[in-house]
Amino acid sequence: MSTNITLLIVMGILFAVGIYLLLERSLTRVLLGIVVLGNGVNLLILSAGGRRGEAPLYKSALDAQEYSDPLPQALILTAIVITFAVTAFMLGIIYRSWVISRADVVADDDEDLRVSQQSTFDFEEDSPVPEDTTEFEGDESVPAGNTKEAGPSA
Amino acid sequence: MLLVLIALFAVAGIAPFIFRVLGRSTFYVLAAVPALAFVWLVANFSSFTGTDQSIASGGPNAPPSELYSWIGPLNAHLDFRMDALSAVLCLLVLGVGALVLFYCARYFKNEDPHTGAFGAQLLAFAASMFGLVTADDMLLLFIFWELTTILSFLLIGFNRTRMSARRSALTALMVTTFGGLTMLAGLIMLGHAAGTYRISEIMAMAPELTALGTYIDVAIALVLIGAISKSALVPFHFWLPGAMAAPTPVSAYLHAAAMVKAGIYLVARLAPGFDQTAFWQPMLLWVGLATMLIGGWRALRQHDLKLLLAYGTVSQLGFLILILGMGTPNAYLAGLAMMLAHGFFKATLFLIVGIIDHKSGTRDIHQLSGLYKSSPLLFVVAAIAAASMAGFPPVFGFVAKEAVFESLLEHARGNGATGVVLLIGVVIGAMMTFAYSARFLWGGFAAKAGMKTTTFPKVPLLFLTPLLVLTAATVVFAWIPQVLEGAIAPYIGLFGPAEDPIHLGLWHGFTPALGLSILTMVIGALLFLGRKRIFAFQSRVPPVFDAERDYKFLITILDNLAIWLTGRTQRGSLSFYLVVILTVALVLPATTAILLNTPAPGNFIAFDHPAQLVIGLIMVVGAIGAVQANRRFLAVLMVSVSGYGMAAIFALQGAPDLAVTQLLVETIVLVAFVLALRALPVELWAKNPTGHRLGRALIGIGFGASMIYIAATSMASRVADPISLAYPELAYTGGAGKNIVNVTLVDMRAWDTFGEITVLAAAATGVASLIFVRGRGDKRLRVAAVPSGSVDHGSEAIGGKNPSRAGLKVARTFAASARDSWLVAGHTLAPERRSITFEVVTRLLFHTILLASVYLLLAGHNTPGGGFAGGLLAGLALTIRYLAGGRVELAEATPVSPGTLMGTGLGLAALTAAVPLFFGAQMFTSAAIEFTWPLFGEHKFVTSTIFDIGVYLVVVGLVIDVLRSLGSEIDDRSEGRSPTDTHDMVSDAETGVGR
Repeated sequence: MSTNITLLIVMGILFAVGIYLLLERSLTRVLLGIVVLGNGVNLLILSAGGRRGEAPLYKSALDAQEYSDPLPQALILTAIVITFAVTAFMLGIIYRSWVISRADVVADDDEDLRVSQQSTFDFEEDSPVPEDTTEFEGDESVPAGNTKEAGPSA
Repeated sequence: MLLVLIALFAVAGIAPFIFRVLGRSTFYVLAAVPALAFVWLVANFSSFTGTDQSIASGGPNAPPSELYSWIGPLNAHLDFRMDALSAVLCLLVLGVGALVLFYCARYFKNEDPHTGAFGAQLLAFAASMFGLVTADDMLLLFIFWELTTILSFLLIGFNRTRMSARRSALTALMVTTFGGLTMLAGLIMLGHAAGTYRISEIMAMAPELTALGTYIDVAIALVLIGAISKSALVPFHFWLPGAMAAPTPVSAYLHAAAMVKAGIYLVARLAPGFDQTAFWQPMLLWVGLATMLIGGWRALRQHDLKLLLAYGTVSQLGFLILILGMGTPNAYLAGLAMMLAHGFFKATLFLIVGIIDHKSGTRDIHQLSGLYKSSPLLFVVAAIAAASMAGFPPVFGFVAKEAVFESLLEHARGNGATGVVLLIGVVIGAMMTFAYSARFLWGGFAAKAGMKTTTFPKVPLLFLTPLLVLTAATVVFAWIPQVLEGAIAPYIGLFGPAEDPIHLGLWHGFTPALGLSILTMVIGALLFLGRKRIFAFQSRVPPVFDAERDYKFLITILDNLAIWLTGRTQRGSLSFYLVVILTVALVLPATTAILLNTPAPGNFIAFDHPAQLVIGLIMVVGAIGAVQANRRFLAVLMVSVSGYGMAAIFALQGAPDLAVTQLLVETIVLVAFVLALRALPVELWAKNPTGHRLGRALIGIGFGASMIYIAATSMASRVADPISLAYPELAYTGGAGKNIVNVTLVDMRAWDTFGEITVLAAAATGVASLIFVRGRGDKRLRVAAVPSGSVDHGSEAIGGKNPSRAGLKVARTFAASARDSWLVAGHTLAPERRSITFEVVTRLLFHTILLASVYLLLAGHNTPGGGFAGGLLAGLALTIRYLAGGRVELAEATPVSPGTLMGTGLGLAALTAAVPLFFGAQMFTSAAIEFTWPLFGEHKFVTSTIFDIGVYLVVVGLVIDVLRSLGSEIDDRSEGRSPTDTHDMVSDAETGVGR
């Protein structure tokens, strides 16, 4: 099958721009990156379908080879609408992030940073445990006065 | 036996409910279950022992078995078998289990929290042990093995408010799970070699398996590691003393009959076939000896009675494993007798400690004094149990120890230096055992000089009953050991006849074994009397081998490694993650494509149509413009340029559906962008927010280039005809439609589309939730409730910041005459926000567009269009109406909430999936119904259109949700001020810069 250089180059540029924007800290630009990347992917799927052909509307006289490949088209159609939904969702996130923190940036995750900087000492695991020699500490039914400081010898 | 197992688990399951009714007396009910099972066991004992133990399950005269198929492909079956060994173990598991549960009824108080869960766990623990010793399938055995691990974790950590309990539980879990997994590897190796996981079959073919050599040696060694960790042998012994943080009844069961005995059982189970493999004897003998000595040594210095017993168990377990490791028939007899003896006395001793703790409030030797006077019966019981532990006549422990000495002497005679070393080691261990037994009795009951007598209330008989039963066993079986020997004998028969068979008994005459016993007692007594000197000596020498310290050290290293690794990989920076992912995605496929000699890209054409070149150029300009743009909306517009370019490319390529959809989506997305981002500052950044521009550019360009290369390569690699060549015919004949793409979506690949509209509904709900935060904001705004000219008051006027005075005047007049308004809710808008032209155009266009959208939907089966395009067009109509008439207008235009719309849509789609099933067809099968209506003529209705209507509704719902959330709700929040005013609220907020 033939390879359409124009489409490929445009696709490559869309990918490059999309990735570049995606790696930004500004949420808006990240979203734009996703949109551009989505266009690039759609273009890739489209060119994978081969040469341009007749619109895939059935004509009894037409050989199947003559149509523009319908399968990539169905895939792209879904992709376009999904991208719309994702974009809307991301817009909601951007707005929310702005309302809450007045920031339009992908902030570093404090929790992650804290994890990597934590001490290996864990109170639950590493603190010394007092020796206890009864299960009935503070139990009223147990006669008082039996326990005192441990003696020094056996 | 499956019935017994089910009964045990079932009662455990309902135990918490019984506790609500009966309180602590429930323990009697729980105890009754293993007790009844015990009766059943004893009544049928001869049927288990009287059969040929060596025959695999299912064979003639094999021990009773119940075999059920379970997971065939994995060779895992629910096989149970009750042979002599299992039956002997069950005596302990069920008998001690019943007694311990009985004891619990007095140990706990009615008001103690969580006793329901405790009772259930303890009984389930007994059930798991029962399953473990009767399982005839290695995988099933493993499952029960791990069940006991988990339940012991819960039971040890029962006092969840105590850190010591939680920590010990976790240690026990980690250590035994480590062992369990090692064992699993060994079991799988074994099962793989044998071609079956049925234990009795594997034992029957053991000679062929051992002939395999190293492979089986290693497999058995791995299994033994599991047994060693479970039975708390060196170097895993430290978890058991820690496990005494469990309530004392649990410790009693754990140490005497369950958990640690699982390891002993496993060794005994495999011994008949595999005790001659390479690692068997060295591992068991030396690990056993080391454990026996270390445990005894530690036990000598404990002042907590329970801890003393715990180390005593460690020592005894080493002892047991050592005996089983000798590999002679006599040794196996002695070993199993010792195991029973240990079960009897160790359970008794723990229960005694429980009573002491319960009644006096301490277990500390230094605080207990004179108990032999306060509770003579308890003292007698303790004396008998301790005597059994020490190997003092005339109790069963002595009988068993005599047999052990006999077999040790026999072993020493046949094994030269090794045998002698072992013999000496064991005798030293036995001396220590005698000494710590004496220390236990003295520490718990003696009247000590200079200490006042401990206050000790009377112990109720019911509390003592289980101890009395166990003590009776200890005493009685010393005089009639042949009963137990008879039970063990069939198992011993598996090892062939002994040269000089020994028998259990109190008196064998003046034998060397008796001499060793007497020596042990004398030196042991001396050790006890010199306890102060030994204690001082022990305090001076640092512990040579401290496994607990090593374990902690190991865990610390693990912690450090985990934190280091997490810190390197989880930096909290999204960009960092993306760079890693993208670099991998870049390097890996590109390298593969080059290395695998894929065909070089070829057969290039410059373009299909010259216009592609122009459109491509525009798209590239748009994309690069988006990178350069600093103003937010400029960047958005630039991206839109490349998006509209896509629509043109689609149109040129012969994809009208795509072109239409892309065009509509692009427009709605543009509106959504503007609506959502209007609250944000105009500039994208105050100063360039991130560095690494060159790095990002490199990754971007590299990625683009490698995508071009991969795409070109994969296109050049195509050899087969595309699957879609069959689509046109399929669509027309199968789907009864001419628009192949649409038929693909709603019929041939309907599952895909169904999944997609579900995602759309989820995303729409997500948008609504993000903005409304609480709920979907379905409450409808009615025009009657909103005063004229109130909506969007203070927002920027249409036509610039300073509209002409005349224009505003006209608008105000227009607003006042509410009666003839063009839109239902137009008059609610603030005058400066209104545009008469827009309202008029909207009025004219709205219904037309809506009608067109329905046409697109219905005609889409045969001509370009369909549910997606139709839904988007309808959404666009609503968008226009919202923009012209404000949020009240939108609310008036959408009487049905988007949630309902999408729900209905999904419902319709699901219906077209399900209905064909009732007609015996597959899901999503479509049917064409032809009919003739007067006036309308002949028509063909394809059922997949209903699916498309579902798609349409979901898409409309999505657009409405976007408009309501990003539009109406944000309008509402910024009412009375320009949306961008919010910017001023944080005067020093440098947007684009990290906080």
